[in-house]
Amino acid sequence: MSTTASTPRPADRLREADQPAPRQVDGLTAWIDDRTGAAPGIKYLMKKVFPDHWSFMIGEVALFSMLIALLTGVFLTFWFDPSMAHTVYNGSYVPLQGVEMSRAYASALDISFDIKGGLLIRQLHHWAALLFIVSLNVHMFRVFFTGAFRKPRELNWVLGTVLSLLAIVEGFAGYSLPDDLLSGTGLRAMQGFTITTPVIGSYLVYFIFGGTFPGTDIMPRLYSVHILLIPALLLGLAIAHVVLVMVHKHTQYPGPGKTEKNVVGYPVLPIYAAKQTGFFFTVFGILTLISTFFTINAIWVHGPYDPNATTAGAQPDWYMGFADGALRLLPGWLELDLGSFTLSLNVMLGALVLLPLVFIIQGAYPFLEAWVTGDKREHHLLDRPRNAPVRTGLGAAALTAYGILMFTTSNDIMAIKLHLSINDITRTYQVLIFVLPPLVFWAVKRICISLQRADREKVLHGRETSRLMQSAEGGFSELHEPLNEYDRWHYVSYEPTYPLLEGETGSDTPGVAGSGRKVSKARAAFSRFYFQDSINPVTPAELEAAHHDHETHEVIEASAEPREQIEAAEKH
Amino acid sequence: MKALTSRRHPAALVLLLLIGLLITGSVYAALAPKQATAANGSASQIEDGRKLFESNCSTCHGVQATGTPDGPSLVGVGAAAVDFQVGTGRMPMVAPGPQAPRIKTEMFDQDQIDAMAAYVASLAPGPSSPTADQIDASKGDAGKGGELFRVNCAMCHSSAGAGGALTRGKYAPGLKNVEPKHIYEAMQTGPQSMPVFNDNNITPDEKRDIIAYVQQTQEHASTGGQSLGGYGPVPEGMFAWIFGMGLMVAAAVWAASRAN
Repeated sequence: MSTTASTPRPADRLREADQPAPRQVDGLTAWIDDRTGAAPGIKYLMKKVFPDHWSFMIGEVALFSMLIALLTGVFLTFWFDPSMAHTVYNGSYVPLQGVEMSRAYASALDISFDIKGGLLIRQLHHWAALLFIVSLNVHMFRVFFTGAFRKPRELNWVLGTVLSLLAIVEGFAGYSLPDDLLSGTGLRAMQGFTITTPVIGSYLVYFIFGGTFPGTDIMPRLYSVHILLIPALLLGLAIAHVVLVMVHKHTQYPGPGKTEKNVVGYPVLPIYAAKQTGFFFTVFGILTLISTFFTINAIWVHGPYDPNATTAGAQPDWYMGFADGALRLLPGWLELDLGSFTLSLNVMLGALVLLPLVFIIQGAYPFLEAWVTGDKREHHLLDRPRNAPVRTGLGAAALTAYGILMFTTSNDIMAIKLHLSINDITRTYQVLIFVLPPLVFWAVKRICISLQRADREKVLHGRETSRLMQSAEGGFSELHEPLNEYDRWHYVSYEPTYPLLEGETGSDTPGVAGSGRKVSKARAAFSRFYFQDSINPVTPAELEAAHHDHETHEVIEASAEPREQIEAAEKH
Repeated sequence: MKALTSRRHPAALVLLLLIGLLITGSVYAALAPKQATAANGSASQIEDGRKLFESNCSTCHGVQATGTPDGPSLVGVGAAAVDFQVGTGRMPMVAPGPQAPRIKTEMFDQDQIDAMAAYVASLAPGPSSPTADQIDASKGDAGKGGELFRVNCAMCHSSAGAGGALTRGKYAPGLKNVEPKHIYEAMQTGPQSMPVFNDNNITPDEKRDIIAYVQQTQEHASTGGQSLGGYGPVPEGMFAWIFGMGLMVAAAVWAASRAN
């Protein structure tokens, strides 16, 4: 280790650069480093800089909720018995005493009533699972609407999509395990979905259930999937997801001093390590509070599952709601008889087609957008949603369609709570699912464009000061205060976009084909759809002209004037 | 022909059939579980009931209680139906609609309801109100009642007894705070969209089991904390989105804020 101990050799001079740097660590840390060599890597990680914005922490909420669900899930496995063997309940919940049920349900009741802290942990597990998928979705909204999925992060977006699909499958498996009336009804619905698979449907059901529904095999199988297979995949993919964030470095919102080549924020040590640890316990605390005061999935109320019983108000957990909602919207006449075969499109479309479709569209979007825009550059600065009006509109329309499907799941609850007819509600949603998404797309896109125009006005003419001035001629005008350079940067730092022209080849500027291939007719059409209404940022020349203009006249009545000026400027 | 040549008289077969039917009928009439019969109200009670009926109910049900296009005939519905409908405030109906809602009302006291019930029961026999013993939940078996509830009631009233939607604005009401007497009467008379669960279908003892189950589950409804209405995953999902995520975002804003 020490250089003084060795005799100097000529060759050593060549190795001078290899000499280890003076130690910065000692004691236990040094001991570990000597045996693992982890210090440089950890030092690198500790120095990584993360930008500070609340919306960047939603992903952490998802990650932490998942970890909490994992931890509480381990506790539940100590007591839960995934067996369909019959037993007679004689635990401490009086209304079910003497009732025949499966071991699975009886052990779930025992966790709720006879094991210390069991009910709190069970509720924590379920609330954490719900919050995991909620925050995962909100995180995805943030990534989508700010364009964080663009190169080089497309793969991480796909990873996230797979994670969200796995999360709902994991949730569904967990929902089915207690074997109460509600979860059994859910399993029955899943069996109904599966059996509509053309040709192989009934074989598939026998394969999954090990015979006819419900049988005794499904519980142990779901249990293995729920506690082993999917958690392992979720954890592995979540780690890969976070590692890729490290590799790519975090995106940041545009602003003065923030470029595509830097990250402005705080280092992991000491700031982020402390913040994240604190935030983990905050999330844990919030979930524990919710689990303490609000009951979730009161399995004892539903009673044991019995294939000849069912319950009103049987809904899946919210994340499966869109598939259930599609089922409620699809009209019955879609069930077709082809000779001796029945093709249940009324079920199949909502379950077997919709579910994969949602995730395929979701996963493919970054690639579709890259193809349309021809943008092959890396993006580390985020878009303000208004500066990508078509993407923001598309996202809002997709969320609207998803929301309608999700709300349809609760059509019966809405009917009794709002005193409406369930038939009317369903019919309304059947119309809205076609009408509302395009309408929302149009409205959101127009709102984005209006906001962009307002930004332009602010840059060109400054802030309104509410101070009126009367000229010598008697005309009134409002004084505008020009923005300072720092504020202005927020409004002008995004890039101008233009539609691709058919047959064009070109360079790496946005809206221009980068591969050198000629732009096809279809691609040019899509590009027009994306960019023909683009409002581009104020150029220095425009700003100069506007300032010059202001000195001559600034009259309140002539409020239409700046608009014309913008239109004129865009035509350049 | 063979029948003519036999020593039996041709009418013997018909006679035999008649006798057989007569015996079967008599035995059935004697042994079959009987519907509860009309309560024997005193003449003055019936007269009071008739007056109340005429001033409050006859607009829709007709002066003779034989029904009009606006309301069904009440001949033979029995005292139990009157006690249920008026006692829960469903009748007189507050407004035309798909279904008469349950309303807490002090419109009639129990004596007046009993008088109207006696009047309606005097028109034709029908189910009478249950005895105190028949609705004593402490004598019922909640476990057995739960099994009956899940098979017969939960598909409309939901397993939590929170109620559920029916077609075109009709609904199965929630069972929270419903008096045992009214639960019993509802099963017996099948008000509005509800089917009749008569004593052959669900015996009086089983009805008592169901009452015991409904009462006991209500006592345990909030074991794990606030039950969010007992409507299951829908309010839970809403709660997670609005309240849960709201708190998480607030925490994130707090954690990401800079110390000034």
